[in-house]
Amino acid sequence: MAELFDAVAQAIRQDELCAVVTVLSGDKIGGKLLVRRERKREAGGPSFAATGSLGDTALEQAALAHAREAMEARRTTRISLPVEEGEWELLIDVHVPQEKLVIVGAVHIAIPLVAFARELGLKTVVVDARPIFATQDRFDHADELIRSWPEDALREMKLNESTYVVTLTHDEKLDTPALVYALDHPVGYIGALGSKRTHAKRVAVLREAGVSDEQISRIHAPIGLDLGGRSPGEIALAIMAEIVQVRNRVKETGR
Amino acid sequence: MKEILADIDSWQQTGKQVALATVVQVYGSAPRPLGAKLAVSEDGAMVGSVSGGCVESATVQEALEVLSTGRPRLVSFGIADETAWEVGLACGGTIEVFIEPLNW
Repeated sequence: MAELFDAVAQAIRQDELCAVVTVLSGDKIGGKLLVRRERKREAGGPSFAATGSLGDTALEQAALAHAREAMEARRTTRISLPVEEGEWELLIDVHVPQEKLVIVGAVHIAIPLVAFARELGLKTVVVDARPIFATQDRFDHADELIRSWPEDALREMKLNESTYVVTLTHDEKLDTPALVYALDHPVGYIGALGSKRTHAKRVAVLREAGVSDEQISRIHAPIGLDLGGRSPGEIALAIMAEIVQVRNRVKETGR
Repeated sequence: MKEILADIDSWQQTGKQVALATVVQVYGSAPRPLGAKLAVSEDGAMVGSVSGGCVESATVQEALEVLSTGRPRLVSFGIADETAWEVGLACGGTIEVFIEPLNW
């Protein structure tokens, strides 16, 4: 016993998107299914795997389809499934990991970016080793301000699909190691500030560091949607807009 | 859910039975959303919430019965009947709570 609950607890502790399906009525009351996304992706989107049992294969198939939909919508839902002897009442309890924006570089743009991200429900973490930038005064509105080398700070975090990483320092020494580290993890978004020229130089450095072209292509650079803005606030808005676009596309396609 | 895991763990490690209550339906305005959870140990300790305070003690009573029978149950709380005033939701909403033994 308790094996399924252990798996549920583990998934939640690891901040993994998952759903727990429970039968609320009828003779299968208390039946449970844990639905998770599988790491391997088939063509046409990720696959979903269920553990546990509802005591009926057809019901499990139907529940899995509904669970997948609820997970993609990131919403806990109650459903009724019609069966021969009436209806099955099910709760599809979706556990959504907390979305987190990691901002490498406590620069001017980071100040409005923290504000926008907070407004959209993201936890914000600002990382910068330079004490002159990383001051509590400037980042009192951030959930966390870490004064250390970005790469070291990233190593201490769980980086998953609900983590979005942006590098804003304009300093290769700080940005590049952070990018290399983030690219090695399944983070939901990676963006790097800098012009096309800066990025071309960065790509060369990353290649030299052994990062594959496929990995490098995950970097959004130049960062942000093209809103034509130049002020820190406008650039922050462009970055946030791009993150929202990427995150919503994930919801649409399940990717 | 995350916030109640540590307590559930420590109860289970000391060999205590645990029941889990989950909000499975919300009518009107209720203080806690669908999926909100309260865990109850066999000695009546609780962690988490299903309503923000008003129906917690009634839920604990139900949870202890669920632990003694071993059968899950679906319970409705609200202002629909006379006695509900005592356990009723201050906001006037109605909630349905599924209570199950944590033995899966």
